[in-house]
Amino acid sequence: MDLFEYQARDIFEAHGVPVLRGITATTPEQAVEAARQLGTPVVVVKAQVKTGGRGKAGGVKLARSPEEAGERAAEILGMDIKGLTVETVMVTEGADIGEEYYFSLLLDRANRRYLAMASKEGGMEIEQLAVERPEALARIPVDPQVGIDDAKADEIVRAAGFDADVAPKVAAVLKQLGTVYEAEDATLVEVNPLIKTGSGDIVALDGKVSLDENAAFRHLDHAALADTSAEDPLEAAAKAKGLNYVKLDGSVGIIGNGAGLVMSTLDVVAYAGEGLPGTPKPANFLDIGGGASAEVMANGLEIILGDAQVKSVFVNVFGGITACDAVANGIVQAFSLLEGRGEPVTKPVVVRLDGNNAELGRQILTDAALPGLEQVDTMDGAAARAAELAAA
Amino acid sequence: MSIFLNADSKVIVQGMTGSEGRKHTARMLASGTNIVGGVTPGKGGQSVDFDGRSIPVFGSVGEAVEQTGADVTVIFVPAKFTKGAVVEAIEAEIPLAVVITEGVPVKDSAEFFALSQGSETRLIGPNCPGLISPGQSNAGIIPADITPPGRIGLVSKSGTLTYQMMYELRDIGFSSAVGIGGDPVIGTTHIDALAAFQADPDTDAIVMIGEIGGDAEERAAEFIKANVTKPVVGYVAGFTAPEGKTMGHAGAIVSGGAGTAAGKKEALEAAGVRVGKTPSETAQLMREVIQGL
Repeated sequence: MDLFEYQARDIFEAHGVPVLRGITATTPEQAVEAARQLGTPVVVVKAQVKTGGRGKAGGVKLARSPEEAGERAAEILGMDIKGLTVETVMVTEGADIGEEYYFSLLLDRANRRYLAMASKEGGMEIEQLAVERPEALARIPVDPQVGIDDAKADEIVRAAGFDADVAPKVAAVLKQLGTVYEAEDATLVEVNPLIKTGSGDIVALDGKVSLDENAAFRHLDHAALADTSAEDPLEAAAKAKGLNYVKLDGSVGIIGNGAGLVMSTLDVVAYAGEGLPGTPKPANFLDIGGGASAEVMANGLEIILGDAQVKSVFVNVFGGITACDAVANGIVQAFSLLEGRGEPVTKPVVVRLDGNNAELGRQILTDAALPGLEQVDTMDGAAARAAELAAA
Repeated sequence: MSIFLNADSKVIVQGMTGSEGRKHTARMLASGTNIVGGVTPGKGGQSVDFDGRSIPVFGSVGEAVEQTGADVTVIFVPAKFTKGAVVEAIEAEIPLAVVITEGVPVKDSAEFFALSQGSETRLIGPNCPGLISPGQSNAGIIPADITPPGRIGLVSKSGTLTYQMMYELRDIGFSSAVGIGGDPVIGTTHIDALAAFQADPDTDAIVMIGEIGGDAEERAAEFIKANVTKPVVGYVAGFTAPEGKTMGHAGAIVSGGAGTAAGKKEALEAAGVRVGKTPSETAQLMREVIQGL
């Protein structure tokens, strides 16, 4: 889960990382009030969107009075930045920037440990710097069992070439950022820029934090950080039912078991649709996981059929632990559950069952003779049929 | 032969007395796995009956290893307790720990993986279906009746795609199939399994299944080019998956352009791997490879 800058700021503050005061606003009036509360001669109005390049896009602006802060907020709110609409701004104190640095700590998947990166040359173009002058960006492996202790923080600032006068102060902040990473179960903590103020203090001026959702059980407060406003309504409904669903653009609804098989199903359906009128594509990703109970199947079908773009549905199950007879019973019960809810299935449904108790499952579906349901023996054949039905 | 697991493997199950552990222990026993014990802290001295076979429960992995000579543990404990269970397995110096549990925090995985480095223990998983050497032993949740033994080795990130591929090639059969899991930090990688299959005299050809995200397939391709002489056929899921929005710059700096299915396919093909567009086409490529041997 990626956090907004203001959420990262709050988390930084809670762990003692030096940050500037900041107040969020969703209207220009609130921005005026926020600037007044901050009371500094200069404030900065910053778009809160989960992407980089906000400054370049015009989403970060200075204001020299509360009224001006309101005007800037009016410009920024509603702005589109890389496809994201700005719903919230954060008004912060103006910073007296002496120097700009860069720091990040993240999971290094390839090496299965953490990686700290630091540079004396922070600011906007860090990716470019990494490519053009890699020597200016120090990369230091971090042992997950140790984290950033005093020795590691010293190693990082030395590798990045910080001057002796700021090195101890920077090292202290890096250690605190390491604490944020570990204590909050983050997978990314990035500060760009980390600044030295005119008076020599080190401050995290911006922050990007990603949190590990698998660790939610030990961070009950993290649930409140989720941004539900940005979710697609179908995705939100699926999430509420515990389904792993992603809305896509096409017309063939997909239900399968196991993330890899469902991803593969999307590919096979997309290939099958290539030569057909209107080139039907997958309408969604939906992984019903291991236990495909009738209720899960009914919920899944309901979500998919609730998508007005869907013209046909492809249920692709390879029974491993899940027995296909249970899946078949789930489908039969789902049809009657949906009928009971006053939403009978009217779109064609193509089913392919293989694996554990496949014969039994197929027989159950044959006997049930559900309206609009067809069975096809192979994954490729069933994908082709579902695509054809969506093209018709 | 086979890799990592064979007919002589003595297997214990951590979390055997829980509902998942009990269910899958019964399935593993039914497929001929030599299960010599279970481990549940506080329940040492008890036993669990599986169709007339009584399996002893030990209070710790150390005790189980000492009394049974177990060399494989399969871990079914809930995510909250997985790190503790894996640490215990590593400290007991058991040679192979298969972590089935899904939803393990990546910090925990990173920590127990770091601990396993330089230890006696190879980790597989977490969030994986485990591994099977058909006709010999089954450590995890892969259904044992999909395929008979044979001479293909399989390594995959995905569970159900593993089953699909085993099913497609069941007439040829498999030496071992290893589900390494799709989590960001896993104990055994494609490369580890490829190296083991290359060294296994009973494996003639290898199927490698990957999916979008990370750069494991790209690195596996480099490894294949330099080290694998046996034929490798590949499949990558997620060609049509939309690109996720990534945040910040750090990830992009580290991974560069890696991660897309097209990029992975290209890297594998450059290493001489034949890559199928679909599972069935991949199976067909493997069939041609086997016929050509």
